[in-house]
Amino acid sequence: MTSASVSGNAPVQQSRSLFGMSRGQRQAAISRLILIPMAVLYTLPYYWMVVTSLKSNDELRTTPPTLLPRDWQWSNFADAVNYIPFNQYLLNTLIITGLTMLGAVISNPIVAYGFSRVEWPGRDMVFYIVLATVFIPFPVLIVALFDIFAKLGWINTFLPLVVPAFFGNAFWIFLMRQFLMQIPQEISDAAKLDGATEIQVAYQIVLPLAKPAIAVIAIFAAISAWNDFLGPLLYLQDESKYTLSIGLTFFRSQHDVQFNLLMAASALVVLPVIVIFLAFQRSFIDGLTVGSIK
Amino acid sequence: MNVAISTSQSRRGISRLKLTRGERRKLLVGLAFISPWLVGFFVFLLYPILYSLQLSFTYYTGFGVPLDIGWDNYRMMMNDDLFWKSLVNTIYYTGLSIPVGMIVAMLLALAMNQNVKEIALYRAAFYLPSLLPLFAVSFIFIALLDPRRGIVSRFLSWFGVPTIDWFGDPDVAKIALVILAQFGAGQMALIYLAGLKAIPLSLYDAAEMDGAGMWRKFTNVTIPLMTPVILYNVILGISAGLQVFTQAYIITDGGPANATTFYVFYLYNNAFRYSQFGYASAMAWILFLISFVLAILVFKFASKRVHYDLS
Repeated sequence: MTSASVSGNAPVQQSRSLFGMSRGQRQAAISRLILIPMAVLYTLPYYWMVVTSLKSNDELRTTPPTLLPRDWQWSNFADAVNYIPFNQYLLNTLIITGLTMLGAVISNPIVAYGFSRVEWPGRDMVFYIVLATVFIPFPVLIVALFDIFAKLGWINTFLPLVVPAFFGNAFWIFLMRQFLMQIPQEISDAAKLDGATEIQVAYQIVLPLAKPAIAVIAIFAAISAWNDFLGPLLYLQDESKYTLSIGLTFFRSQHDVQFNLLMAASALVVLPVIVIFLAFQRSFIDGLTVGSIK
Repeated sequence: MNVAISTSQSRRGISRLKLTRGERRKLLVGLAFISPWLVGFFVFLLYPILYSLQLSFTYYTGFGVPLDIGWDNYRMMMNDDLFWKSLVNTIYYTGLSIPVGMIVAMLLALAMNQNVKEIALYRAAFYLPSLLPLFAVSFIFIALLDPRRGIVSRFLSWFGVPTIDWFGDPDVAKIALVILAQFGAGQMALIYLAGLKAIPLSLYDAAEMDGAGMWRKFTNVTIPLMTPVILYNVILGISAGLQVFTQAYIITDGGPANATTFYVFYLYNNAFRYSQFGYASAMAWILFLISFVLAILVFKFASKRVHYDLS
C-alpha cells in the first residue's frame, strides 16, 4: 500500500530493477493486474444481459449457452414491450419518479437550511435525532404504514410512494447541510443588514448558491424512486398502477423464465440509469463521499 | 430530545425552558424551517413505530378491529422455528457480506489509489452497478448464474468445476446472494478511495524511515486512519444486511428449503401473504430493538477504536 505518490515524491532514485520499470510504474502494473480482471468481472452482467436479450427462444435452449447470439433477435425488445403494458408502467414510474424528485428538491434544502444557517436553541440536539433516524430500518415501518395508508384510502394510489418525499429524508438533509455550512456566513449577514428576512435570504441568496448540491439530491431522489421495488410492491394492487419494477416480475410466470424478454426489459430499465450516471458522473461521486469522510 | 419535542408542541413547553423573548423568536423561526421534516418525523416515523408496538399485542388481519391478545405474538415467535431460521439466515448473510464486501472494496480502492491513467474507466465500471436497480440486477443474476443457460457455469466448466445450482442449492443460495451483493461493492470502494487519498503522505514517509514495509504501513498507518470509513462501511453493511429482501423475493422466493427466508422477507410474508399484521408488527418491533442495540454497540466500539484525530 505504498501509495502512488511515493513514486511521485522521489521517482528518480527508485531502483529500476524489474523489467526496467520505476517503482511507480511497477505499482501501476500490479494494480492493473487487479483492476482489469475486476473490471471485466463487473462488466460481465451487462454483457450477459445484452447477449441473452438478443437470443431466439431456440438458441436459449442450447447447452452450453452460446457466447454471442447466432442471429440477433432485435424483435425481442418489441416483444418484451408488448408482453407487459410497458408504456403504462413506464408512465407510472416516471410520474412517481418526477414527484419524488420534486418533493425532495422542495423539502430537503429548506430543512437543511434550518439546521445550518439559522441559529436556534436546541438545533444541534434535534439534528442528532435526524441522524439517529437513519438507523431505523424501513421494513420496521411497513406494516403500520400500510395500515395507516389503508385507513387514509391511499392504497392503490401513488400517494404513499410520493407524499413522504415532501417531508425530507434524513440522509439528504445531512448531505445538504454539509454543503450549506460551507457557504460563508457573511453573505447572509450582508443581506440581513439590507433588511432581508431569513426566508428571503434562504430563497434568494443562499439556496441559489447551493444548486450543485440540490442537483445531486434531485438525481439521487430520482434514482431511488426509479429503483424502488418494495414500495410499489406494498402499495400498488391494480395491474394498471404497477411500476416497471413490479412489471418485470411478469416475465417469470409459473414454471419458466422468458430469459430473452426479461433481459430485454431489464436492459430498458437499466439503460436510463446508465445514461444519467454517465451524464452526471461528477455529481454522483461528490454526493457519495460527502457523508463518509470526517 | 426533550427540548425538541416539548417545545414544538406547546407554548407552555417553551416558557418552561425559560427562553428569552429573542431566543423564543429564533426557536420559532428555526422550527418553521425544519417543519417539513418535523411533520414527516411524527407522521411517517414516530407514529408508525408506536402504532406497530400497539399492533404487536393484537391479533389483526388488516381488516376489522385488532383483538387484544397480550404477549401472545411474542410467545408464538419464540416457538416459531421459521422465525429463528430467518433470524439465523439474516445474521449469516450480514456476517458474511460485511467482511467480504470490505475486502473487495478495500482491494479495489488500494488498486485504484495508484497512478493509473485510465482510472476514470475503472471508477465508472465499479461504481455504476451500485446505482442500478436491485430488482433488475436480481433478474440479470438469474440469467447469469442459471446452471444450464448462464455464462458463469459455462465459464467454470472450462476449469473443470462441476455445475453449481447457485440458487437451487440450500447450501449455496446465501453465498450466491453475497456474491450478488459484491456487484454493488464499487460504491464502498470509492468511499475507501476518498479515505485513502485523505491520508497524509508524510505518515507513510515517516513509517518508511522507521523501516516499515508494505504490510506494516498498511496495518499501522492505513488501517488506523481508515477506521472512520470502515465504521461507515460496517454501519451501512448492518443496515443493508438486516433489510435484505428484494433479492430473496425476486430470485429465490425465500427458498430453497427456506435457506433465503430472511427476517424482512418473513416479516413481509406474515403481513402481506398470511394477513398476520399483529405477528408481523411484533417482528417489526424485535427488528427495531435489534437495530437499536446494534447501533449502540457499534458506537460504543467505535468510541474506543475509531480514530477521528485526522483533520
